[in-house]
Amino acid sequence: METINYQNFRIEAENICVDYNGKVALYDANLRLKPGQICGLVGMNGAGKTTFFNALTGFVNISKGKIRINGESVRSAQKDQTIAYVPQNEGIDSQFPISVWDVVMMGRYGSMNIFRCPRESDVQAVKDAIERVDLNDHLSTPIGNLSGGQRKRTFLARAIAQRASILLLDEPFSGVDIRTEKLISELFIQFKNEGKTILLSTHDMIHVREFCDLVLLINKTVVAYGETSEVFTPENITTTFGGISPDFLFGPES
Amino acid sequence: MELCSFLTLDSFITDPLTHEFMRKALLMSSLVAAVCGFLSSYLTLKGWALMGDAVSHSVMPGVVVAYALGLPFSLGAFIFGVGSVALIGFIKQKSRVKEDTVIGLVFTGFFALGIVLVSKIKSNIDLHSILFGSPLGISLSDVKQTIFICLLVVILLSIFRKDLMLYCFDPRHAKTVGINVFFLHYLLLTCLSLAAVVGLQSVGIILVVAMLITPGATAYLLTDKFDNMTVISVFSAIISSLIGIYVSFWFDLETGGSIVLAQTFIFLFAFLFAPRYGIFKLKKLFAGYK
Repeated sequence: METINYQNFRIEAENICVDYNGKVALYDANLRLKPGQICGLVGMNGAGKTTFFNALTGFVNISKGKIRINGESVRSAQKDQTIAYVPQNEGIDSQFPISVWDVVMMGRYGSMNIFRCPRESDVQAVKDAIERVDLNDHLSTPIGNLSGGQRKRTFLARAIAQRASILLLDEPFSGVDIRTEKLISELFIQFKNEGKTILLSTHDMIHVREFCDLVLLINKTVVAYGETSEVFTPENITTTFGGISPDFLFGPES
Repeated sequence: MELCSFLTLDSFITDPLTHEFMRKALLMSSLVAAVCGFLSSYLTLKGWALMGDAVSHSVMPGVVVAYALGLPFSLGAFIFGVGSVALIGFIKQKSRVKEDTVIGLVFTGFFALGIVLVSKIKSNIDLHSILFGSPLGISLSDVKQTIFICLLVVILLSIFRKDLMLYCFDPRHAKTVGINVFFLHYLLLTCLSLAAVVGLQSVGIILVVAMLITPGATAYLLTDKFDNMTVISVFSAIISSLIGIYVSFWFDLETGGSIVLAQTFIFLFAFLFAPRYGIFKLKKLFAGYK
């Protein structure tokens, strides 16, 4: 049966194209991810990584192709709280007058009533999420007073509180301290065991080898996609980064 | 004799209250200020100051046409307010001209249209009161309309308070969890247009943008909590209104200008002495003395 076939995949993107007012940002991109898989999204700045995320969350409309999330449309994935997006630190206004608790509570908004009054279960979910990212001492700290790593953990907690089965993370390791990096990688292993699907963009080649089962190399379209051990080759990386060798980009050790 | 009455604060405050037009002006301006102040915290955080300026200027032809046709002026203002934003979006999308240029271009165009229309439609429209506000000469039908609009905006903002905050903070997350971002965008625009309409009665079209951004900016310097920011913003707006009207009464000054100037002074005070974000960081100064 076809529905069962769909359910095997958490994310199915088929030949998707995105253009902003005629400028093509992404074309003919494909991606299939199953529960428990971690996939690295690698590409230059402007290669379409964020656009790919935006298409999956429904923040931008695709002009061609098809996206299925758990076999259903992006629209119903939004309604079901299936996807959580963890933004880049640069992507948010850190001076916004809002506390850690309130940011994490935003993860529950989608499943609350119209006035967004937290129920007991919402409060519990937020508490648990904050506990998991080790920010108990900062419940009412304004996000502007947090370090880069703490801020990253706040948004990770929001995704946890949302109880999403798919996590999209934009540069989760950029600008974070070692403690946060360790905590995030531990969480990734937990998420994987919980059967969550993770798609993360990163500049750091070491992280790709460390966590990612799969890797998607993009440069406006898919350059290569598959098991990290097979696809993450110097040749593919060079093609992805427009002919620059990985040694030059990341140092010879990587 | 006027000088003597200054000597007691009591009569400074109570004397104007013996006039009916002053009581009405104080009440209506406080209401309008409260609504604009409420909205102001969203606009400053969203970075819509220029948008507020654009919308408030663009309502001009709408007000003129509505007056000429005998329609409620809020209706005309609303259509042109939202229309200007739609037009800005359209031109920005279809041309290579940068956004701030498009905004400046569209709202001045609308504003100019309004001025030309006033000169052509010779009715009882008082250009001066549209441009500079006339809280002291507000008519009964205007009072009713203003109260209705203010209530509407307060109800809308109260219901969608948290969603709008999320929309200002992280629209991408809002969209991801199935919240209708398109609706929130236009809701905020609608409230902006409506607030501009009621605000222009107090301080006039030219200065109404101050009512929409200054209280929010002041509050932003004073707190790190969104709810507190809204409360501070509303109160600073109301206090400015009262100060402005009293000062304009006693010193015979333009009322709209006085209200906005009072807001500006409160902002400057926060800018200099806000505990954490002020230039002199009072908290640190006091800590030094301990």
